[in-house]
Amino acid sequence: MLEINNLHVKLEDEDKQILKGLTLSVEAGSVHAIMGPNGSGKSTLSYVLSGRDGYQVTDGTATLDGEDLLSMEPEDRAAAGLFLAFQYPVEIPGVGNMTFLRTALNAQRKARGEPEVSAGDFLKLVRAKARDLKIDADMLKRPVNVGFSGGEKKRNEILQMAMLQPRMCILDETDSGLDVDAMKLVSDGVNALRDAGRAFLVITHYQRLLDHIRPDVVHIMAAGRIVKTGGPDLALEVEQNGYADILAEVGA
Amino acid sequence: MNAHSPRAQRLAARRAATQARIDTLSPPAAPAWAAPLRAAAFARLADMGLPEKRDEYWRYTDPARLTAASPPEADVFRVTDEPAMYEGVDRLKLVFTDGVFDADASDPVAGEGIEISRLAEAAETPWSRDLYGALEARAQAPVPRPMAALNTAMATDGVLIRVTGVVSRPVSVIYRRTDPAAEATLHHLLRLEEGAELTLLENGPVAARSSIVIEADLADRAVLHHIRTMGRDHQRIAVTHLFARLGADARLKSFTLSMNGALVRNEAMLWLDGKGGVAHVAGAALGDGAFHHDDTVFIAHRAPGCESRQVFKKVLRTNAIGVFQGKILVERAAQLTDGYQISQSLLLDERSQFLAKPELEIYADDVKCSHGSTSGEIDADHLFYLRARGVPEDEAKLLLVLAFLAEALDEIERGELVEDMQQRLRGWLERHSH
Ligand SMILES: Nc1ncnc2c1ncn2[C@@H]1O[C@H](COP(=O)(O)OP(=O)(O)O)[C@@H](O)[C@H]1O
Ligand SMILES: [Mg+2]
Repeated sequence: MLEINNLHVKLEDEDKQILKGLTLSVEAGSVHAIMGPNGSGKSTLSYVLSGRDGYQVTDGTATLDGEDLLSMEPEDRAAAGLFLAFQYPVEIPGVGNMTFLRTALNAQRKARGEPEVSAGDFLKLVRAKARDLKIDADMLKRPVNVGFSGGEKKRNEILQMAMLQPRMCILDETDSGLDVDAMKLVSDGVNALRDAGRAFLVITHYQRLLDHIRPDVVHIMAAGRIVKTGGPDLALEVEQNGYADILAEVGA
Repeated sequence: MNAHSPRAQRLAARRAATQARIDTLSPPAAPAWAAPLRAAAFARLADMGLPEKRDEYWRYTDPARLTAASPPEADVFRVTDEPAMYEGVDRLKLVFTDGVFDADASDPVAGEGIEISRLAEAAETPWSRDLYGALEARAQAPVPRPMAALNTAMATDGVLIRVTGVVSRPVSVIYRRTDPAAEATLHHLLRLEEGAELTLLENGPVAARSSIVIEADLADRAVLHHIRTMGRDHQRIAVTHLFARLGADARLKSFTLSMNGALVRNEAMLWLDGKGGVAHVAGAALGDGAFHHDDTVFIAHRAPGCESRQVFKKVLRTNAIGVFQGKILVERAAQLTDGYQISQSLLLDERSQFLAKPELEIYADDVKCSHGSTSGEIDADHLFYLRARGVPEDEAKLLLVLAFLAEALDEIERGELVEDMQQRLRGWLERHSH
């Protein structure tokens, strides 16, 4: 589903190379985890895939279902089914959470040639999904993420994901800042979406999240590349020994 | 001051020029009772002189086009792509065409608890005689407002409204233009007796050049909502003054939506004279190209426990210029004042400009006052977040601009009007996005 090949990315304004030949393939129905030390380029990868400004792709490709992601506008990538749960969701004063979500949902549907969801149906749907994530009605009414705690922001990301039903979901450290209960809610939200047509790329520092969202494949990323790929056991190894051994082993 | 100092000489020259100008003017004869009030206004004007760019108070806005003997012609701009303003709202319509009250186009004046007459035909009443020019005169300190004195002297028409009860049906003053050359000087009086309530709507293009003064006298516990939209004509040259005094526990909310216009100066001067008064003035202004919009606000807290808010937002594009001069004065007696002022501009390109002069002057010691002024572009992170969720770029920008304006629109109390305004803002943003 998501194919990344030899991706090289530098900062647009600076002579700083961040991704240095990253190759990764995520097939439909699977959950891949990426673990790696701070600064290894995990967030950069998620931003480049979703189309944020400020980066320059100097080499390599990234496709979603065979379509060239890198030449698409961010909104077109979203409509094509790509979703990024941000590491740091932004607060947007003045834009209501509900208005935002409904605009986003209907814009995506329109781009795909699907009929718009009516206000009534939307309301029913969002209330049900919010309930599952223990997001109360008041939070839905507030401006996007404004005054939300760190954990609430992360739950709001998962709510958006549940509403938009993307096919390729990237979660960038969605577990950071979550307590045990919130972690459970978020994981349940993700697991509820798992199905044969959908794939996940879960970026995390901790094994903890992977106890709840069981990955099929675990990648270790360092200095802008995937340096090792394995099964769920690889995450346990990192948990016990840190990255040092692995990095030494692969000479990274 | 030394009579030969450069300043004294400048003042003498200014007075001479102003007097020469006054000598060319003949004030309207009606209503007869206003004649001495007009003469007094001329005397004030002669003393202070017409404004000049070098005046501190006109530093950011050159008054030349306001003071010129006659205005340039301005195209009559017809709006065909939007429904008429306030269309769905049950209201009493009073129409002014080219600055003259248009009885045929207006609703018959009737209503419980409200008396309405037009300035040009108004019979003398104690309240109108006491109010006409009175708040304008009071507003001449600490800074002179010569354009308002000129208005008092020369106003040809306007509405005089006295409210004695709670009037739920808004009075809607509608301005229409047919003559590209017409100039209009209108003066409205509002007297709200104790506990009286009124909503005053104003909309439409007034004239090629216009001056409107509103003097509003709110007795204790009176409530006035004032909602004004200034039309979409691009060549508009306009100056307005809102003068209001508020008695104890009186409330005033004034909101102005201004789109386009070559030169607009909207001044407000409000006095919170009685304790517990609440005064909010807000505005949203959107301009693209040859647009200069100036909001100049002065709120005086003169009694304890009053609240004031100034919320002004501007969206500027392609060389448009926005100005805000806002002052909160808290007198010694005005303990427990709650004062808030925010002025912000969203610059849609690098060529536009926002000039702001926020001021606080506080003589009481137990007060809560805050002010802020910012100017910036659309936040790139906000834009990306919306786009990453599938919202197309233009729509995302629109949402963010509306979000930027939201705090000003929140000052409109009637929900159905807010939605109407939002539609118009949306329309403007769509028309001016490329
Ligand atoms: N916009 C940016 N400006 C400057 N440095 C950046 C920017 N984006 C990323 N970097 C740098 O790139 C490297 C990778 O960052 P990031 O992708 O956030 O890593 P991770 O998510 O793995 O912690 C870091 O050294 C970071 O400082
Ligand atoms: Mg990161």
